Amino acid sequence: MVWANVTLQGILLGGLYALFATGLALVFGVMRMVNLAHGDLGILAAFVALFIVQSLGLPLLWATVLTIAIMFLLGYVLQRGLLNFTLGTDDTRPIVVTFGLSIIIQNALILKFSADSQGLDAGTIENISVKVSDQLSIGWFPLIVFLVAVGVIAVLELFLARAKLGRAFRATSDDREAAELMGINNKHIYSLAMAIALAIVAVAGVLLAIRTTFDPTQGSFRLIYAFEAVIMGGMGSMWGTLAGGIILGVAQTVGTQAFGAGWGLVVGHVVFLTVLAVKPSGFFAKTVTA
Amino acid sequence: MNTPSSQGIEGGAGGAPLRTPDITKGAPVVPAFRVARSTRMHRIVLVVSAIIVLVLVSVPWWAEVSVSRSLVTFFTLLALAQMWNLLAGYAGLVSIGQQAYIGLGAYGVWLLGDVIGLHPFIAVFLAGLLAVAVALPVAPLIFRLRGGYFSIGTWVIAEVVRLVVSNIQATGGGSGKTVLSAARLPIDTRITGTYLLALVVAIGSILLVYFLLRSRTGLALTAIRDNDIAAQSSGVNVFRSKLFVWVVAAYVCGVVGAVVALNLLRIQPAAAFSINWTAYALFIVVIGGFGTIEGPIIGTVIYFALLQSLSQYGTWYLLLLGIVAVIMATVAPKGIWGFIAKKWNIHLFPVRRRLELESPPDEGTRPADKPDAAPVAGSV
Repeated sequence: MVWANVTLQGILLGGLYALFATGLALVFGVMRMVNLAHGDLGILAAFVALFIVQSLGLPLLWATVLTIAIMFLLGYVLQRGLLNFTLGTDDTRPIVVTFGLSIIIQNALILKFSADSQGLDAGTIENISVKVSDQLSIGWFPLIVFLVAVGVIAVLELFLARAKLGRAFRATSDDREAAELMGINNKHIYSLAMAIALAIVAVAGVLLAIRTTFDPTQGSFRLIYAFEAVIMGGMGSMWGTLAGGIILGVAQTVGTQAFGAGWGLVVGHVVFLTVLAVKPSGFFAKTVTA
Repeated sequence: MNTPSSQGIEGGAGGAPLRTPDITKGAPVVPAFRVARSTRMHRIVLVVSAIIVLVLVSVPWWAEVSVSRSLVTFFTLLALAQMWNLLAGYAGLVSIGQQAYIGLGAYGVWLLGDVIGLHPFIAVFLAGLLAVAVALPVAPLIFRLRGGYFSIGTWVIAEVVRLVVSNIQATGGGSGKTVLSAARLPIDTRITGTYLLALVVAIGSILLVYFLLRSRTGLALTAIRDNDIAAQSSGVNVFRSKLFVWVVAAYVCGVVGAVVALNLLRIQPAAAFSINWTAYALFIVVIGGFGTIEGPIIGTVIYFALLQSLSQYGTWYLLLLGIVAVIMATVAPKGIWGFIAKKWNIHLFPVRRRLELESPPDEGTRPADKPDAAPVAGSV
């Protein structure tokens, strides 16, 4: 029963990982760019929400909505004003620039908020749980996080499949030049994709901040977990990314249960490397890019 | 390039090595040429470098300890930057996980010196092999990833190594180890020895990149950097070339880590495997200049000069470096050296092949580009 409980916690944790991974996968899918600052931007969102709650005194829900809007705008401006200029012939430039951004965000957050751990307080919802059986109980909050992840991915998949803008995303992803010839403004599409990615990572950042403590250096780890979820799930499939996140979450919680506190993360990485060795295209790949 | 063509061969051939200037005149005869590398400037550079090296070697005998200690930092950063540039600038392997091999080298000097009992100065060079022992088996795995995903893949490896070392009791867990075999050496021996080792590593890394680029592998790497698919179809073994560079860089990073461990005597996993190592190397190369030997040297000098004046503002310093690197990578992707090399056509290290005419024509035989000369419409 201990193992069932541990597995369940891992599945729910996987939802949070997938939420971080979705934006990374979306940006890569649309413009073939890996945003190394993605995790740090999620942590930035958590600090923005914290700042709004503490300084403006808004309730957490409204602070979250405001944070999502801010991150959406930031994403558009960042892509349009900076990152679009790094795309093109040279592969190393976006990597260098987004890595630089990652260092900038981390250190700016340390200067503003110090390196101490912070937390966002969501009240009683954090502590109540629903009892399935005597030894198995699900915390409401982890469950909500998981359901939010499923909801976001469902909406995103629907958007990509049905909406006019989603079709433009896919067209740009498939063939940049052809899309441009059909009247799509790629620079605008890229910027919108980044805006949506950062809006999603804002949700992830705020939920992370409620679930656990956070500090300015956490972004790196979020990026690594998101990346592992994307690769294990397979490129081009958001549901695959959710599956990848769940695999990673379960590997970490089961690993921690089996080998002790320090080894859970190692087990997660080892499972990822094993998948990379055995099935490098991931489990649910739709596009052949890696 | 707006060099007037009347300047002749030097101006034209330097900027675009494969263009013979007489094409613009429509001359049917291809002039006799030879492939040259060294110029007189390179011989001057060689002499000046030799003098600089001799001065640097003598530093421990006349300078204060603080000077030689900070020069150790300078040399280790220079070697790291050269290796990062070799990976990213030449092989297209943008690694952000070199801290794995730096940390392994640091623990390697402890393992070989304290546990096995070798002299720490000898252990330094063998410690790099510990880094190779990890770099070699992971290469086929992470080489499956491309672009930015490769970068994160290298980081995952660094994280795994850091976590494993932090979790093992034998390596001192999270609090780390002191390199006792080095701490027990007479203090003068240790400081002078560490300094000279760091100097050897720095000069060695420059020479390594230099001779590597002049070799067959260097040609293959340049081809891979420009277009790896085209290189592959021209018969270049892309995987083997990249693997070679990857392993060499891991070895040198391991030796650098070992030297750093000798300098500090204390190894902690959080510091030894810190992403900041890679961040420093990346910023140095981006600011100094990608894909040249000179770039990382200039970058390290600038980085080091800034470090001396701004180091007390640690967080601000990294923030500033990040901003400068982002601006440089966006506006001037070739870095400071790229700007200098383009503006004055200077190349300190003769790694390129240039076409030179056997008998340079004198000014009188060439029609000058005067308005009364025949218009050369449609040329170039």
